[in-house]
Amino acid sequence: MSESATKPRPQFRNLGLSDLMSYRLPPAAKASIMHRISGALLFLALPLVIVPLFAQSVQSPETFAAMKEWVASPACKIVLLVLMWSYFHHFCAGIRYLTLDLHVGNAREPSQRSGALVIGVALALTVVFGLKLFGAW
Amino acid sequence: MAQERIGRKRLVVGAHYGTRDFIVQRATAVIMAVYTLVLILYAVLTPSLDFESWRAFFAFTVGTLPVGQLLATVAFLSLAWHAWVGVRDIWMDYAHSDGLRLFLQVLTILWLVAAVVFFGQILWSL
Repeated sequence: MSESATKPRPQFRNLGLSDLMSYRLPPAAKASIMHRISGALLFLALPLVIVPLFAQSVQSPETFAAMKEWVASPACKIVLLVLMWSYFHHFCAGIRYLTLDLHVGNAREPSQRSGALVIGVALALTVVFGLKLFGAW
Repeated sequence: MAQERIGRKRLVVGAHYGTRDFIVQRATAVIMAVYTLVLILYAVLTPSLDFESWRAFFAFTVGTLPVGQLLATVAFLSLAWHAWVGVRDIWMDYAHSDGLRLFLQVLTILWLVAAVVFFGQILWSL
């Protein structure tokens, strides 16, 4: 029994901030904390960026043009790129949670795979729509 | 107070707000997922999206019924309620003193109410 335990596995109890760098999260846990971070970013941006942009875009042709001009600035594009990733990740991870609630893919292997898939799909969508934002298509 | 106990010590009180929040979080998520998916498809598939066609998504009517505004209102209220449950969870996880947590929760409510009023005022003056 103890023969296989040649190297003691590291134990983590009550993680402190300094442990975060050495603690390797599995894909599902990474998708989970990114779900939280992306949600918090969207929450913060809601009255600061999202609603003001919406207001400009629907009020008149003049404000619509002003909105487009504002979005054309590099600083704004970076902000929008981050928010796009936040939306895509929060959306994809949310769909994953809904399927987990329906008891689809709850076993260890499939749930880790779907966690990694969510991270990848969100990044891919961010690249596709980010290229559109920066005028590549 | 409920007198049901698990074992000798643990008192089960249970206002069931946990279950309600669980269901609210998912119901509002589905509403937003459908709404934003339709919005993105509309934006991507409309050839040369301009001001008029963009505005029409939020301002269109069916007969005299302001359907575009009603749907946007439902989606935005879902967003605010969803964000309230999610952000409150963050404070409950990380802010351990009652005073700080209460302060952050009040800030969150003000933040979301401001967003809802701002959005509603723009939307319903279209």
